[in-house]
Amino acid sequence: MPAFILSRILQAIPVLLTVGLIAYAMFAFVGDPVTIMLGQDYTEAKRTALIAQLGLDQPFIVQYARFMWGALHGQFGVSYRLARPVMDLIAERLPATLELAGTAAVLALAIGVPMGVYTGIRRTAFTSRAFMVLSLIGVSLPTFLIGILLILVFAVWLNWLPSFGRGDTVRFAHWTTGFLTRSGLRALVLPAITLGLFQMTLLMRLVRAEMLEVLRSDYVKFARARGLPARAINFGHALKNTLVPVITIAGLQIGGIIAFSIVTETVFQWPGMGLLFVQSVQVADIPVMGAYLMLMSVLFVAINLIVDLLYYAVDPRLRVSRQGATQ
Amino acid sequence: MNALTQAWDSDLAYSFRRSPIALISALILVLLLGGALLCGYVAPYNPFDLATLNLMDSLQPPAFRPDGTTAHLLGTDDQGRDILSAILYGLRISLIVGVLSVLFAITLGIAIGLLAGYAGGTTDSVLMRIADVQLSFPAILIALLTDGIVSASLPPALHDRLQIFILVFAIGISFWPQFARTVRGSTLVERSRDYVLAARVIGLSPLRIMTRHILPNVLGPVLVIGTLTLGLAIISEATLSFLGVGLPPTQPSVGTLIRIGNDFLFSGEWWIALFPGIALVLTVLAINLLGDWLRDALNPRLQ
Repeated sequence: MPAFILSRILQAIPVLLTVGLIAYAMFAFVGDPVTIMLGQDYTEAKRTALIAQLGLDQPFIVQYARFMWGALHGQFGVSYRLARPVMDLIAERLPATLELAGTAAVLALAIGVPMGVYTGIRRTAFTSRAFMVLSLIGVSLPTFLIGILLILVFAVWLNWLPSFGRGDTVRFAHWTTGFLTRSGLRALVLPAITLGLFQMTLLMRLVRAEMLEVLRSDYVKFARARGLPARAINFGHALKNTLVPVITIAGLQIGGIIAFSIVTETVFQWPGMGLLFVQSVQVADIPVMGAYLMLMSVLFVAINLIVDLLYYAVDPRLRVSRQGATQ
Repeated sequence: MNALTQAWDSDLAYSFRRSPIALISALILVLLLGGALLCGYVAPYNPFDLATLNLMDSLQPPAFRPDGTTAHLLGTDDQGRDILSAILYGLRISLIVGVLSVLFAITLGIAIGLLAGYAGGTTDSVLMRIADVQLSFPAILIALLTDGIVSASLPPALHDRLQIFILVFAIGISFWPQFARTVRGSTLVERSRDYVLAARVIGLSPLRIMTRHILPNVLGPVLVIGTLTLGLAIISEATLSFLGVGLPPTQPSVGTLIRIGNDFLFSGEWWIALFPGIALVLTVLAINLLGDWLRDALNPRLQ
């Protein structure tokens, strides 16, 4: 087990180094960082000083090493657009994104999995068919369009919920939360549904397909023949065995949720990292783009690691074969 | 004529005629495609001909509303542009970008997949490692980043003219790994077949074996993934344009139209965003349903 985790972490290092290289190459070669940072009026002395300060007179490999060293310590330079340290900007916006993404993920799991089980068991029921049609539309609707439709119906026409921003937030040290105020919770509803809907329909279809597969298998037939109650068969035998692919996809979808939070945050003007990233791409604010890229890759590497560990916990066959392999 | 009857009698055409979903999707797609490709003739107005635009016509509601006129069936936007015409012109751009970016992704994916599968060894593991790493990032993020980097490194004047190609490049780059992995998998199987061995024995170059002998035999799955990716590519383009890093309002795609309409939601002019949205969803839904049908029809295990 520790050897397995260690080998996964070792595999992640070249990935992170490569992403770091891309991020640094973006900073060094796209546009001219010195001219951008100096602004309109500058002297040659100022220019030389800034080049020395940024280390741009050093060989590329030294610059890259410095950049990675800084990144390890959370230093990603200064935003061109807002003239503030990138890390401060991201730290301010991280709670908003994590709360939105977390709520969306919980929503997707809490609704998607039961719906998948239901449509898998009651294949022919009218409600199942209705769910399937709805899910097909859910998969084909682009995230931003779902957001616009929800705003149109619930904010403009019905005037029930706010359509932008995060509402009032409560501050704990470095973390701001919208969970504790009424307006914060109200503001969360539409963005969370928008972000979670696609993952929800995807999970539902996946769980359904897996359930159908498992319910056909011999051991389920055998369990039926033994006269076990339907609930024990459906949940004890069938659902348990659908979990491996569901965990894979759910894990990958967390990455998807983070990525699509970019879109959702733009639609709802949610003050998170995604909105910051889009605004940075629009004006080519390279330091922010690079930092976002690095953070995302750390996040995805971590998610993949957790997914691998969960396999290990869920699928006993893996444990046996790995032990056999290491001996 | 003979080829036509042969095509009509084929299994694929039979399964197509028997599938109502495939028929309806194809019908919708033909209508939308026809309207979009012939927009110069079909659309009631040319929304980008400044001479015909009249600000007096701005923000007209659609015809079925009491204050709407039949002159503008789906209403007009703030510039007085006819929404129906703008949708048809926008759909054309969306489809062009979608198709070109899928073709780009397929070309790149086939080249890399063939190379990895045929060469094997280190080439294979390096290329597939890159594909794996990219696959663990969501495609839209890759497209957004590529778009940002390419746009930033081009001078502004050039950048506006090349925006379509920047988008095609960015979206194509974000979808190549799926194709590369599929092609590599099939190539690994084909490589050890007798006909490849024979081709090698008579001394054909690896390039020729890959492109003329193996390629035709691995194209089937590529076609299916290509159809399904087309839907995703169109959504990607719409998303990028909606985020404001895609096509500018001077040559709007459907996504740009929705972005423009989004600003008018709160003043009650919902049709500016909603109708382009419906057109986008219909297109993508029809493409996805056709792709699903094609996948099932080409899968021998399901017959």
